[in-house]
Amino acid sequence: MSELKFSEEHEWVSVEGDIATIGITNFAQEQLGDVVFVDLPNIGAQVSQGGDAGVVESVKAASEVYTPLSGEVVEVNEDLESSPDLVNSDPEGDGWFFKLRMDDASELDDLMDAAAYKKFCDDNA
Amino acid sequence: MSADIESEATSLKKTPLHALHQRLGAKMAGFAGYDMPIQYGLGILKEHLHTRAAAGLFDVSHMGQAWLTGADPAAALERMVPGDLQGLAPGRQRYTQFLNGKGGILDDLMVTRAGEPLGHEGLFVVVNAACKDADFARMETTLAGEAALERIEDRALVALQGPLAASVLSRFADGVDTMPFMSAMRVSVAGVDCLVSRSGYSGEDGYEISIPQNDAMGLSETLLGCAEVEAIGLGARDSLRLEAGLCLYGHDIDEGTTPLEAGLLWSIGKRRREQGGFPGAEIVQAQIRDGVARKRVGILPDGRAPAREGTEILSADGKPIGTVTSGGFGPSVGGPVAMGYVAADFAAAGTPVQLSVRGKLLPAAVQKLPFVEQRYYRG
Repeated sequence: MSELKFSEEHEWVSVEGDIATIGITNFAQEQLGDVVFVDLPNIGAQVSQGGDAGVVESVKAASEVYTPLSGEVVEVNEDLESSPDLVNSDPEGDGWFFKLRMDDASELDDLMDAAAYKKFCDDNA
Repeated sequence: MSADIESEATSLKKTPLHALHQRLGAKMAGFAGYDMPIQYGLGILKEHLHTRAAAGLFDVSHMGQAWLTGADPAAALERMVPGDLQGLAPGRQRYTQFLNGKGGILDDLMVTRAGEPLGHEGLFVVVNAACKDADFARMETTLAGEAALERIEDRALVALQGPLAASVLSRFADGVDTMPFMSAMRVSVAGVDCLVSRSGYSGEDGYEISIPQNDAMGLSETLLGCAEVEAIGLGARDSLRLEAGLCLYGHDIDEGTTPLEAGLLWSIGKRRREQGGFPGAEIVQAQIRDGVARKRVGILPDGRAPAREGTEILSADGKPIGTVTSGGFGPSVGGPVAMGYVAADFAAAGTPVQLSVRGKLLPAAVQKLPFVEQRYYRG
């Protein structure tokens, strides 16, 4: 797996070949609090960079999930249906949301590395 | 609740316990003009479950406290609310609502006849934070010459809620463990002169404690020093009251809903139903006689997806029949719970309905409230 890349909407991306795994960051789950439900895209759905790709719900509110990359959804994390708390306990691991086949790997250039994302969070905290 | 959270921290008022919330690492947000703790380190889910299992301490000092005095303050205030206040014995408390001329609810409130148990001649009134300025102004205008309103600005208000609340509080105060539900008294709590009522907003046994503001920090720390007690934020306060089927003003009840539609007829005594004498009485009495077109009900979604406030409710065959007014995740239920208004024909428990959540129709059923059995102290 590659180094994680991050979006300003607090999603992370990990790339292997032309498949990108996407989830929400540790910063995001801390902001949300206890996650109780995740609405994931359908397998086969075409999503485009910056567009809606699901909803994550905490006890207190629902938040949109935006896809940081364009592509076709090829897999979703079905464990989140019974264990949405994985998003809190392991947001950047077992709490991943979905995988997509990237349309355009150059979109990765729009994302931040870990250092830049940390600075982004600190500046926006 | 999230819709009420104001983002601007500037100019927000602080309760006497503000420094305590910060020291405990609470996530703060603006609520009804106050900088309030939404959650502490445990998080909403664990705070909620802790309150149902042991005891939780809530800062509700943003709510409006006042004394109403006069020759007969109960008779005077009855001109604004449908609750039977004249029938209140000293030291007894009642839940009622300020109504407008159409029977719509302007706010809901708790009224205690003080008397000897509280060492005061008046009525002790507690109203919602967001409505308090309007409520108090309306009381002053409506009751001018009949009763005098004295706002209580120098007392904090905390709630100690949960099955172990009585065992905790009785360590510091005499007689509180045998207080009946919906009664109140003036009592020394750990040496502090407090007004204690056995009531709350969680569905659990518990107390609301009005504390002189300079003693509020110390007494709260004393209570939090008990192993059973955790600090609980407004997030869990909302999920606890939702599971308990209790209305949140501005959401489940407002100027456009009447006590009958909201299922609050129980709070209108027999004498008041017959005699009226409160705003909107003709409409309320007609609704008692003829029924209402829509009713507040519990809604239990079948799946895992929460249905939030504003979600449209449809019949099994797809007709719009109502709207969710509060909805979220019920930690003790272990799944989503909601309440809302539906057309009266669909209000029977067990009626299958559908919820329109993000363009999908999700199956749900009307459920009898509360979702979690209320465990008030009945002696």
